Amino acid sequence: MPDSEVLIHARDLTKRFGDFTAVDGIGFELHRGEAFGFLGPNGAGKSSTMRMIGCVSPPTSGELTILGMDSVRQGQRIRARLGVVPQEDTLDVELTVRENLLIYGRYFGLPRDVITERTTRLLEFVQLTERAEDQVEPLSGGMKRRLTIARSLVNEPEILLLDEPTTGLDPQARHVVWDRLFRLKQQGVTLVLTTHYMDEAEQLCDRLVVMDAGQIAAEGSPRELIEAYSTPEVLELRFHPTEHDQAAEKLADVPADRMEILADRVLLYVPDGDRALAAVRARGVEPLTSLVRRSTLEDVFLRLTGRRLED
Amino acid sequence: MAATAVPARRRGSERPGPARLGASWTMAVRALNFWLVNYRRTWRGTIYSSVAHPILYLSAMGLGLGVLVDQHGTASLGHVSYLAFLAPGLLAAGALQTAMGESTYPVLASVKWLKTYQAAAATPLRPSDLLHGHLLFTVMRLTMNSAIFVIVMSAFGAVQSAWVIFAIPVCVLTGLAFAAPIEAFAITRDKDSSFAMLYRFGLIPLFLFSGTFFPVTQLPAWIRPLAYVTPLWHGVALCRSLSLGTADPLGALGHVAYLAALALAGVLVAQRNYRRRLYV
Repeated sequence: MPDSEVLIHARDLTKRFGDFTAVDGIGFELHRGEAFGFLGPNGAGKSSTMRMIGCVSPPTSGELTILGMDSVRQGQRIRARLGVVPQEDTLDVELTVRENLLIYGRYFGLPRDVITERTTRLLEFVQLTERAEDQVEPLSGGMKRRLTIARSLVNEPEILLLDEPTTGLDPQARHVVWDRLFRLKQQGVTLVLTTHYMDEAEQLCDRLVVMDAGQIAAEGSPRELIEAYSTPEVLELRFHPTEHDQAAEKLADVPADRMEILADRVLLYVPDGDRALAAVRARGVEPLTSLVRRSTLEDVFLRLTGRRLED
Repeated sequence: MAATAVPARRRGSERPGPARLGASWTMAVRALNFWLVNYRRTWRGTIYSSVAHPILYLSAMGLGLGVLVDQHGTASLGHVSYLAFLAPGLLAAGALQTAMGESTYPVLASVKWLKTYQAAAATPLRPSDLLHGHLLFTVMRLTMNSAIFVIVMSAFGAVQSAWVIFAIPVCVLTGLAFAAPIEAFAITRDKDSSFAMLYRFGLIPLFLFSGTFFPVTQLPAWIRPLAYVTPLWHGVALCRSLSLGTADPLGALGHVAYLAALALAGVLVAQRNYRRRLYV
């Protein structure tokens, strides 16, 4: 994005809690209109980074500029232009859907009539119009998430921060949330999200960084990352548990860029999965099941960290 | 349908300027709004208890018990009926109860159970704005409850001076002298178990031994200084002198100064603790 404005700039950004370093000197730049993701397992430092960007967690050291302002000294003015969807729902469950938006809009100093008008629009957007006068408590997890998203948009933010937006939702509810976020992206809202779901990152992010143990392991678009750190195809083989280790040994000389031996599967990173499967069978090894698939960000992560994302 | 749900850029005129953001008062009122919207659902019940509480206490203790006390002579009460002696004491003690109620569970609920404080901290509101907003709400509740109490007291004929009207702000101040320090403590908690201790070893002894039900001079001499340093005694003494029309300016000033100092110290510590809890 050569001609677009830099909205967030971080350099040597570090966050320590006592002896524990949650974020270890990371740097990145985020441009207007892009969807930017932090992908990594739990404890990688994603949420700590998000909270620093949200100006509710002062960095231990380093530089963090958001919308051209300093995240610590001008946090209040920055927050006025951010939307935040936290990892845990922070809705007032005793109030109605509408009252939650009213209170939040008032926090930003919006006049009542503006909030009323936006509430109508936003509830329609997140498909909660029928529940406007209902109490929040009995709503489903997916509905609460959508309400949180509506709430985060009440001040028409320039940057929307989403910390694990679909964690804990069932697959159907996740797809509804993804669909709404995709629409926001189409409307030009700058999205920053953290996730440990590679499919979420692939669907929503134009560009992402892979985080592990407080550091950035790699950066790029999903496609660039896959091209740089994985092969076009992956052959997944499953064996009977008693034959698993033995089979893996026999495969050592099958031509492949890399082989990963997981607890339940063997992964062969190859340019052509079918040809690799033929080579496996030529060695007299017959897997219980085999699957040829395209490489994903999960494979990138495995390559970079030696661990799986959801471990 | 949602094509225009969120414009990519906000309109320039809506961008809050630095002058508006800097105004702590404006911010505190926004935070107060949260409590007001919540209070809309519960106010009826609270008004009921604000009226019933003084009626029950003044009937049982002021009238019922008071007859027995008055028969034994009221010299030690300053030659006023037990009802007239007791009522302003209960008025001030009521402020303590209101303050405790507001500054314990609601704070923990906001920061721990519902996390509505964290939600608000993501907006232009700062931790201190959230504190101030809640204290404003506490001031409102204190004003309402003490005003109702004063009306009920008057209806019972327990008021001897029109100065009693100033007992309402005194109750607000007494309440704040408790609410601010307790709020500073409550915001640091993760569980509510310590609140039960606060009620058991804080509120109840204060309620009983701060001159509410009998003059502090009835206590053994060695323990009296302890009563004099408790903020409730200052609130009780001042409310009583206003209700009986015996207030002297210098004494009143001393009580007010003591209570104000406590409230201010509480606010300062609470500001720091709110920040530490919400900006981690």
